[in-house]
Amino acid sequence: MSETANPIPVTVLTGYLGSGKTTLLNRILSENHGKRYAVIVNEFGEIGIDNDLIVESDEEIYEMNNGCVCCTVRGDLIRVVEGLMRRPGRFDAIVVETTGLADPAPVAQTFFMDDDVRSKTRLDAVVALVDAKHLPLRLKDSREAEDQLAFADVVLLNKTDLVDEAELERIEQTIRAINPSARIHRTERAAIDLEKILDRNAFDLQKALQNDPHFLDHDHPDHVCGPDCDHDHHDHDHHHHDHDHHHHDHASGIHDTSIRSISLRAGPLNPDRFFPWIQSITQKDGPSILRLKGIIAFDDDDERYVVQGIHMLIEGDHERAWKPGENRESRMVFIGRDLDDEKYRRTFEACQA
Amino acid sequence: MPTVAPLDLDAHCLVAAFLGDVPFFALVDGAVHWLDHGHHHADLCDGMVSATADPASKRLLAGGEDGKVVTLKAGGEVEEISKLSGKWINSVAAGPRGSVAFCAGRAACVIDGGGKTFEFSEQRTIEGLAFAPKGMRLAVARYNGVSLRWIGTQAPPVDLEWKGSHTAVAFSPNGAYVVSSMQESALHGWRLKDNKDMRMSGYPVKVKSLSWSAKGKWLATSGAPAAIVWPFTGKDGPMGKAPLELGTRGDQMVTCVACHPADEVVAIGYTDGMVLAVRFGDRKEAVMRRGGNAPISSMAWNNRGAQLAFGSEAGECGVIDLSA
Repeated sequence: MSETANPIPVTVLTGYLGSGKTTLLNRILSENHGKRYAVIVNEFGEIGIDNDLIVESDEEIYEMNNGCVCCTVRGDLIRVVEGLMRRPGRFDAIVVETTGLADPAPVAQTFFMDDDVRSKTRLDAVVALVDAKHLPLRLKDSREAEDQLAFADVVLLNKTDLVDEAELERIEQTIRAINPSARIHRTERAAIDLEKILDRNAFDLQKALQNDPHFLDHDHPDHVCGPDCDHDHHDHDHHHHDHDHHHHDHASGIHDTSIRSISLRAGPLNPDRFFPWIQSITQKDGPSILRLKGIIAFDDDDERYVVQGIHMLIEGDHERAWKPGENRESRMVFIGRDLDDEKYRRTFEACQA
Repeated sequence: MPTVAPLDLDAHCLVAAFLGDVPFFALVDGAVHWLDHGHHHADLCDGMVSATADPASKRLLAGGEDGKVVTLKAGGEVEEISKLSGKWINSVAAGPRGSVAFCAGRAACVIDGGGKTFEFSEQRTIEGLAFAPKGMRLAVARYNGVSLRWIGTQAPPVDLEWKGSHTAVAFSPNGAYVVSSMQESALHGWRLKDNKDMRMSGYPVKVKSLSWSAKGKWLATSGAPAAIVWPFTGKDGPMGKAPLELGTRGDQMVTCVACHPADEVVAIGYTDGMVLAVRFGDRKEAVMRRGGNAPISSMAWNNRGAQLAFGSEAGECGVIDLSA
């Protein structure tokens, strides 16, 4: 099948009720940014804008008939995206709004598992809106709020005017403990430069790495952010660019929930050990693994290998040649629920050449 | 070599069809074009999601992004028969004696020739609709199976269950079988006298085009580098039999199939816009159209089987004439 040369970018917007999704959507639809967006919403509801590129759609989760419980797609998205893509030229990008209680995995998996969707569009980023005031409570009472953070490439920490600086710091720590690689932007009334959330190439790890070579480094204590670190999580009137990334062993007090991330490091790996390992660990723990990302150095391989996944779906490819003098190290981040840290560390290290 | 009379339009062709001897081309922008002593067109809706020919009533039926359900008569007369504001009309179907069915989300509506309406809804989104040949029953494709409803009665539907998402549905011309197309790149069928399941799998991509041959002896399908043609002649349908693979090409996929109205011949459209006609018996191939810029999205023969109307995803439409 022919792949479209310029696939349409798709941004997935998650966030529970009251987090500011509607405000953000209204801004995307009404601001003069020179781009046209098709928006797929669950309900027209409060979007007070008349636009024939707003499509209402019932969230329909379909299990794929392959015996894997976590292989789910959004059937309605397949249909609507196919319909929209029959008339290209009307819009430059698609935004998918999900309901407050939505699991982001089926949405993201649709872009991997459906050939038609995949051939014409690309998942650009999963953007989670959270309400700074209510996030701690939400994380306590809803699994979905946590899932949405775990899945996000970009987090908008909204309604920052409702809490003080110390609380914001604590919330950011909590978000980082769940998801160390997401970019966090602080906003009031969802006011954000739309360039920071749309057309980011943030979901595809290969592209994310081109935009931010230190993408997986930011959670590492030795990493000092430099000018090429394109992660402006302190883009507000606020400047201590300290990157004291609050390591996950002491997750902050409000994060008493079950998702956490495991960051793994090792030297060059033996592919004959690594591939069976990642196959087996995703087969076994797939339902608990929300996302995984890795840059792998293989022994005797001059190119670095990039791998990413959702639940049991994994994708990998060579990205580029290692640069002279670059530290040929293998790094992986798993974000998931009840993952056995020690086992991951031990078995990953056992893949070393 | 057959002659091709091209008609280059500017949007994805959803349905190419003949009403009588007049070719019609319904486009996703909501317009329908036809060639009847000159080029005519009419705007049916603002963005077309679904369309089908309704040969019994000599008209075309379309569902819009604006929620309109519209018919276009062969003479060019446009009539709006329903409107569900703010909804996409995901599927439309035409039955005998002027019946139509359409759906949006989980709700569907049948309007019979006398104007009587019959509404129902499913637990999950309705993906496809098809009338039984006599028009008394409606097949409704949905998640985890197909529902068969007796139109106009309150009788509970017969649920034909099969796990997975069913995206389109069709009755065989004799009404003995129901076949659905699935998200998992497979067909599923049921023999209605005993609801026996028939699995037809092995497709590399989703099956988006189904066409029954004359008298329903064969079912031709897209979704592979060849047209996959299943035999429906024995009492068990295609079970235990291998399908024909016609018009195999190494580097292209079949996107559309249309069986000849009388002969055992199928027109096959490909991703590169080529159209072949292939005979079932000796698999002999004839080139009908060499190719174009986009996949063939719809084809239809006229009643006499002498002309084939086609359309592509880029709006390259036309009529191929075999009698010349």
